[in-house]
Amino acid sequence: MTRREALRSMAAAAAVTAASQLAPGVAFAAGTPKTLSAEGLTWKKTPCRFCGTGCGLLIGIKDNRAVAVKGDPASAVNKGLCCVKGYHSVIALYGKDRLTRAYVRNNGQLIPVPIGEALDLVASKLKETIDKHGKNAAGIYGSGQWTIPDGYVASKLFKGAIGTNNVEANARLCMASAVTGFMTTFGLDEPMGCYEDIDHADVFVLWGNNMAEMHPVLFSRMLDRRLRNAHVKIVDLATRWTRTSMAADRSILFQPNADLALANAIAYEMIRNQWIHRTFLDRHVSFHEGKTNIGYGTQDKFQFTDENRNITFNEYVKRLEEYTPDKVEKISGVPARDIRYLASLYGDPGKKVVSYWCMGMNQHVRGTWIQNLVYNLHLLTGKISQPGNGPFSLTGQPSACGTVREAGTLTHRLPHGDVTNEADRKMAARIWGVPVENIQPKPGLHTVEMFRALDRGDLRFLWIQVTNPMVTMPKLKRYREGARKEGRFVVVSDVYPTPTTDIADVILPSAMWIEREGMFGNSERRTQHWEQMLKPPGDAMSDTWQLIEVARRMGLGKHFNWTYENHIPEIWKEYTSFHHDPKHEMATYQALRENPGVMWPCPGGRETKWRYNARYDPAAKSVNGDPIDFYGKPDRRAWIWFRPWEPAAEEPDAEFPFWLNTGRVVEHWHTGSMTRRIPILHKAVPNAYVELHPMDARKLGIRNGDRVRLTSRRGALTLPAQIDGRGRPQEGHVFVPFFDEAILINELTLDAFCPISKQPDYKKCAVQVERA
Amino acid sequence: MPIKSYLAYPKEGWGELLAEKLAALPGCSVEPAENRELLILITDTPEEASDQALEQRLLAIPELDGLALVAAYAEEEIG
Repeated sequence: MTRREALRSMAAAAAVTAASQLAPGVAFAAGTPKTLSAEGLTWKKTPCRFCGTGCGLLIGIKDNRAVAVKGDPASAVNKGLCCVKGYHSVIALYGKDRLTRAYVRNNGQLIPVPIGEALDLVASKLKETIDKHGKNAAGIYGSGQWTIPDGYVASKLFKGAIGTNNVEANARLCMASAVTGFMTTFGLDEPMGCYEDIDHADVFVLWGNNMAEMHPVLFSRMLDRRLRNAHVKIVDLATRWTRTSMAADRSILFQPNADLALANAIAYEMIRNQWIHRTFLDRHVSFHEGKTNIGYGTQDKFQFTDENRNITFNEYVKRLEEYTPDKVEKISGVPARDIRYLASLYGDPGKKVVSYWCMGMNQHVRGTWIQNLVYNLHLLTGKISQPGNGPFSLTGQPSACGTVREAGTLTHRLPHGDVTNEADRKMAARIWGVPVENIQPKPGLHTVEMFRALDRGDLRFLWIQVTNPMVTMPKLKRYREGARKEGRFVVVSDVYPTPTTDIADVILPSAMWIEREGMFGNSERRTQHWEQMLKPPGDAMSDTWQLIEVARRMGLGKHFNWTYENHIPEIWKEYTSFHHDPKHEMATYQALRENPGVMWPCPGGRETKWRYNARYDPAAKSVNGDPIDFYGKPDRRAWIWFRPWEPAAEEPDAEFPFWLNTGRVVEHWHTGSMTRRIPILHKAVPNAYVELHPMDARKLGIRNGDRVRLTSRRGALTLPAQIDGRGRPQEGHVFVPFFDEAILINELTLDAFCPISKQPDYKKCAVQVERA
Repeated sequence: MPIKSYLAYPKEGWGELLAEKLAALPGCSVEPAENRELLILITDTPEEASDQALEQRLLAIPELDGLALVAAYAEEEIG
């Protein structure tokens, strides 16, 4: 089979799969390539490299080259379907400028060197930094694209062997608010439900989540559910009209940050109409409130600690009186009748409701609060932890859950529990074979503060793996200039040159995805394994093995005493020993090899689809036939938090009269460092642009394609206008995607964050807009 | 963008004629569904200009109700 024939066959197979999703039961003549010819190809399973959905792929390998991709029909996630990124994913392995050698900066120039020499330098600089400036002058910044072994080894090396908690991941920018939301309401992280909820729900409410572009395979499953069941409704709540809005039954636009008021108004209306489940509330819920006017974290070394005050149901109801639909219409711009409509959906006992969200609620200066408030709607009605009923926080990266949340690669976390908890520290010290004193009892630097510390000089050594912060950090100019200051040493492990490798003192070439063995964990608690399918090019080496090599050079090899051949199964065995507990039991290595994915907890090898419900979850205890048991909190109740509406950190004014919102497009993964090297995806969306409302464009004399200058208090840039393209912002709003390293929209954004989760808000700041 | 696959939707009752017309175009191969008004169209063209010209011809076919692109591979990817 020639490559051309293989690609034609792949294209046909993709169309057959898409047809079967859109028209269930569709049949084609025998001989239509439902699958590719097996001639000369070896097919191996893997999760997709890109978003947090965790689609199962089958990769066709021939002569140490990945030549074909198809959706894995055995995967419960995507059932054979893929999106445009998944189908083209292997092409990202073969960009012409792939990093295959290490580089070391010498007199300002990056010089290629043997990788062993580069690793020697990394180890000696790390030791030198610790000797001169102390352990907390060093840190590592990874991502939700780290495999689980990468993140686990990074955490063990820095938190356990070296003894600094300066371990962070870009998932702080992505889903930290989801973590704090889950922790404050349920006491345990990650969703209670799974994607199978799509097959049972009657109503889908999307909170600031353009699923049609960001989670297209799940969106297709939702559309399929609606196609087969005419009563099913999709409601899109957003600040911008998108492809998701177009496909939804109802599109409701609200003003930025007003989702807080909107959620409270829905709760108010449900209580007023007695559309709540009193028995469920009496048995399973307690009521709380915390601090208010909590700030925005824009100043260095910002500190915040919330407090919990128990309140009664009646006190909670009293506080909601500020949020009648008529009052909230004025704050949110959402007509009171639409708020009542939403309350009627959540409150109808005959309808199963799933709420989905991702960055709209996570990248939010009150990110933790809005998660709490959406949980409240499900708790007030008892619509949770059952098939088709539940709140579900989607993730943006393939292992934001698996690596960052489960393996514990945020500064305050350990593979089990928190650094602040003595028992958790003792467990980590025992498993890691380090003195417990090595593990510091205080969290280190969270992401924004890590880059501030680099700028200030408190942090001197930073190792960045599999992420591109010189595109993604908000208020970028400060952090780029800070990283370039004298006396900082920055190591970057990546697969392509990026603006982040531009600031590196050492570049380490990384093995990519299927060039090494690994595991990811997706949004629905599903762990997925793949084997090494290809030899990495040149000197490229997995991020896991780079860390181990550096550890050995630092004299810390005894903690990583594995061979290349056995290191992944041995790491998995060690890591899962943190989780021998029915609440978090992980699958065995063998089970992961044999299946497209396994959801945890899986005590005895049995997956748990719905947590906190004794019918599905062995860790939950049924009392008098009532199966619900929120065992994450000491009182075995979920916590309803009263959280008020508060404004964004920066709002439009006379000088900067427009809201700026940023995000992604379906064709590109994050900063585009891989997808822009896939020609078809690059050609589809070759550059960033600014979306304007047509009325604003007319007022400003801007036509489609005109150059537009955007200016915020932090910077300015010029880019082409897009009017009535794939999205339409509200009047007074603009939207810019962030994938384009030539148009760095984060020069303009603000580094304000949720004081509880420390996750920055990329969705709201103020800008001027003018024709350039 | 020389290799593409589409789902092609005929206007009601015109599936057979649409399949014939599509199959007659250079670089096109067609697989009609056996039990739905739906066709799979694969196009294979030598370079971008002929791909764009073909797309214009496709969109001008009166029996075609809708065309949804599923997968596409550019010349660079074919190698």
